[in-house]
Amino acid sequence: MGAQPTPGGLLLEAEGLGLERGGRQLFSGIDLRVGQGDLVQIEGANGAGKTSLLRILAGLSRYGFSGAVSRHAPQLFLGHHSAVKGLLTPRENLAWHIAGEAEFSADEIDQALAAVGLYGYEDVPSHALSAGQHRRVNLARLYLSRAPLWLLDEPFTAIDRSGVADLEARLALHLAGGGSVLLTSHQLVAVPHPLLRLDLATGLLQ
Amino acid sequence: MRVAGSAAFCARLLRRQLVLGLRRPVEIGNPLLFFAMVIALFPLGLGPAPDTLAAFAPGILWIVALLSNLLTSEGVFRSDFEDGSLEQLLLAPQPLYLSVLAYVLAQWLLTGFLLGLLSPLFALMLGLETGAIPALASSLLLGTAVLSLVGGIGAALTVGLRRGGMLISLLILPFYMPVLIFGSGAVQAALAGAPAGPYLALLGAMLCLAVALAPFAIAAGLRISVDA
Repeated sequence: MGAQPTPGGLLLEAEGLGLERGGRQLFSGIDLRVGQGDLVQIEGANGAGKTSLLRILAGLSRYGFSGAVSRHAPQLFLGHHSAVKGLLTPRENLAWHIAGEAEFSADEIDQALAAVGLYGYEDVPSHALSAGQHRRVNLARLYLSRAPLWLLDEPFTAIDRSGVADLEARLALHLAGGGSVLLTSHQLVAVPHPLLRLDLATGLLQ
Repeated sequence: MRVAGSAAFCARLLRRQLVLGLRRPVEIGNPLLFFAMVIALFPLGLGPAPDTLAAFAPGILWIVALLSNLLTSEGVFRSDFEDGSLEQLLLAPQPLYLSVLAYVLAQWLLTGFLLGLLSPLFALMLGLETGAIPALASSLLLGTAVLSLVGGIGAALTVGLRRGGMLISLLILPFYMPVLIFGSGAVQAALAGAPAGPYLALLGAMLCLAVALAPFAIAAGLRISVDA
């Protein structure tokens, strides 16, 4: 991480990724090149290995797969778990986040929380919030982070309809600004931007 | 992307961990209460004769300190593992060595450090000679720091397991032994009127070794646990 994008604008490259779990070949021969402004949706049935692939691309899984990944840009990974501490308020959760980015200013944090519909909840202990609101605290990081590449695992889970629309608008803005998004989702992503689909069963990118 | 400097990031982690700890005062109080209860039981079991108690006091105090550390070290990374924070930490660009050190430091400040500060009180409960109390407190302060670092290795390796408690004991108890031997040795030396310095120096050397090496092992353990 911390590296600059390559001259061609490539943020992430993967070659010949394959994964076997419990004697079953989940996927194989996945080639992926994510450049600036690319939106890639990883598709597959339950258990097809979407999350596993995302974790390999993020660098959380380092062993047990074949192929190679090279990362050319800082990335923001939002996984299944919300990484929100119940004992901290949403504001503290964002201010003391442990993903290693520089400190966000109080204004930035308040604006991000307002953008995900948590205005008025800034100083409520997070354990008093609902599961959907936990997800929203986590999604507020999308408004704070300056990372060009986003890896999002099921970002629409537990989010209500207006939240989904807000999130899609945020994705569109990020893509328009030259950022890239790689996400897993079962639902259609309504973003006015060319969408590449990666089918895990066939390994084809369309 | 703006990346936080390593020192600033460590300070942020330390502050976060301390605030999290202070918001659950029960977790800070439990090991101290455990310590006080066990110490209070010994006069009942061994008989209240001050001579007997004072003779056993160094060993008793050190063994109970070790057990109370064993109770708490399991949980250092547990909640961060369960809520996904640990994944974020592993992906952070800062060296994991320093981040892990900040975690262990926070855990030690809330457990071993407090225990070391309160130990004179417990020593008086067992009738330990006042001359040996400085040796007790300083050996506990140094020794519990080593215990926290070594315990962190076990915690990192077992964080993904549902019932890691017993396994962690088996894994790290052998590494606790030298600390126990030299820790209680320091207090016994002070009781006998000999200088406790050499024992404390050895504990200090162990601490240096643990600070240098344990965070690497903890970091590797965390990566394995999150990968699995």
